[in-house]
Amino acid sequence: MSSQLVGWRDLPLGAVAFISSKEYPTGEWAVFQPKIDEKKCIKCGLCWMYCPDSAYRWDGEGVPVPDLDHCKGCGICEVECPTKAIEMIRV
Amino acid sequence: MAVLKKVEQVMMALNGDEAVAWAVKQSNVDVVSAYPITPQTIIVERISEFVNNGEMDAEFIHVESEHSALTAAWGAALAGARAFTATAANGLALMWEILYITASTRVPVVMAVVNRALSAPINIHNDHSDTMGARDSGWIQIYSEDAQEAYDNTIMAFKIAEESLFPVMVTLDGFTISHTLQNVSVLPDDVVSDFVGVRRIPRIKLPRIHGDKEIPLMFNPKYPITFGPLDLYDYYFEHKVQQNEAMKETFPIIERVHKEYGEISGRSYEPVFMVPYRTEDADAIILGLSSTMSVVKKVVDDLRERGKKVGAIRLRVFRPFPADFLRRELSKFHAVGVLDRCISFGGEGGPLFNEVRSALYGLPSRPIVHNYIYGLGGRDLPRSLIVKIYEELLSARAEPEVPVVKYVGVRE
Repeated sequence: MSSQLVGWRDLPLGAVAFISSKEYPTGEWAVFQPKIDEKKCIKCGLCWMYCPDSAYRWDGEGVPVPDLDHCKGCGICEVECPTKAIEMIRV
Repeated sequence: MAVLKKVEQVMMALNGDEAVAWAVKQSNVDVVSAYPITPQTIIVERISEFVNNGEMDAEFIHVESEHSALTAAWGAALAGARAFTATAANGLALMWEILYITASTRVPVVMAVVNRALSAPINIHNDHSDTMGARDSGWIQIYSEDAQEAYDNTIMAFKIAEESLFPVMVTLDGFTISHTLQNVSVLPDDVVSDFVGVRRIPRIKLPRIHGDKEIPLMFNPKYPITFGPLDLYDYYFEHKVQQNEAMKETFPIIERVHKEYGEISGRSYEPVFMVPYRTEDADAIILGLSSTMSVVKKVVDDLRERGKKVGAIRLRVFRPFPADFLRRELSKFHAVGVLDRCISFGGEGGPLFNEVRSALYGLPSRPIVHNYIYGLGGRDLPRSLIVKIYEELLSARAEPEVPVVKYVGVRE
């Protein structure tokens, strides 16, 4: 994103959002990131459901994949995982 | 103020609050949200009567606090409505958060603030601590001298706000103006309605990286947009600079709207930003805001009769601060006394004094500037004290290193 930063003259008026939150990598703040043990994962989807940042991608079938660009490392998924398949790793 | 009668106007006996209510009624306002607080109460009482009687086609939103009052006005204006609210003192303090949000999202809400002292102790009388505290929130601030001006300023405020995309605060002194009956020339409804026109919705252009798309700056299901979301160290600074630079460009808009209003009403308010009174050959002048300056002008007349070279300047617009006009106007005087009806705790004098003094600092020759803090909580400023201020200014010697800040009319 940094290569696209514009100056104050080019910003739209009124503090209107002009970048989608998808393009805003807020995961940069994270101190911890989840690591999923695919063998332990039972694909229940609780991590996907509980994630406050919608930072899990899941098609309802395979193992959910954390989107590290938006994961802030809160660790809720680790706590909720019924099979202890998620471990928070220090970045 | 030159009075050239352009259209037939009706003389009505109105107090300042009623004058504002009439201006709002005539300005095609769509939404009024308000919470009554002394001495603003009459404004919203009258408006609610107008709406109830079907004299005014607006939505009146009864809210549970001032925080909600401004939030509702902001939301309504974002949806394309012309919105108005009114408050005073602690009510304005409760709006603080939304004051900044309204200004930063460039929403043209108009608000009447009836100046009143802030607690504690509770005091309902006139004092400028409330609006002076809001000076950095990004609102245009216009100070009225009397009920007539409160009426005129409110009508002009809608046009200034919508053309500049800044919210506008029209202030009037608590009780002194708000509750005092005065003859007010009221324009015909259709003239005001034509003057303010239909609320225009500005369009914004998204940056080139997003395909140069142009969309209306409002809530609209066709073009969903988000106002004021997260903006960290990467863009917040740019947004604030943009806002500040845009505010400087409101000077010509404010001037033009005043000129246009002068043409229909005959009340020109020229010059717009600061009104000089008998300053031609003056040595000492008093600079201040709002209704107090009426008394100061009377004292100027008295002293002129006694051969004293004194004058007065009333500042009408405090935000944006007309520093250039001030530099041009003030450099020729020997001494300037700045009246502040507000204390900036722990600061070097009141807020008006601070800005006036720093505006003049860079001049090769500048007047001596003294600060007089007066009238807090509605304390009277009698003519005798104003005479004393003038005497002090006339005999003031070269500026000392430490600014002279004095309390006027306080018991020692």
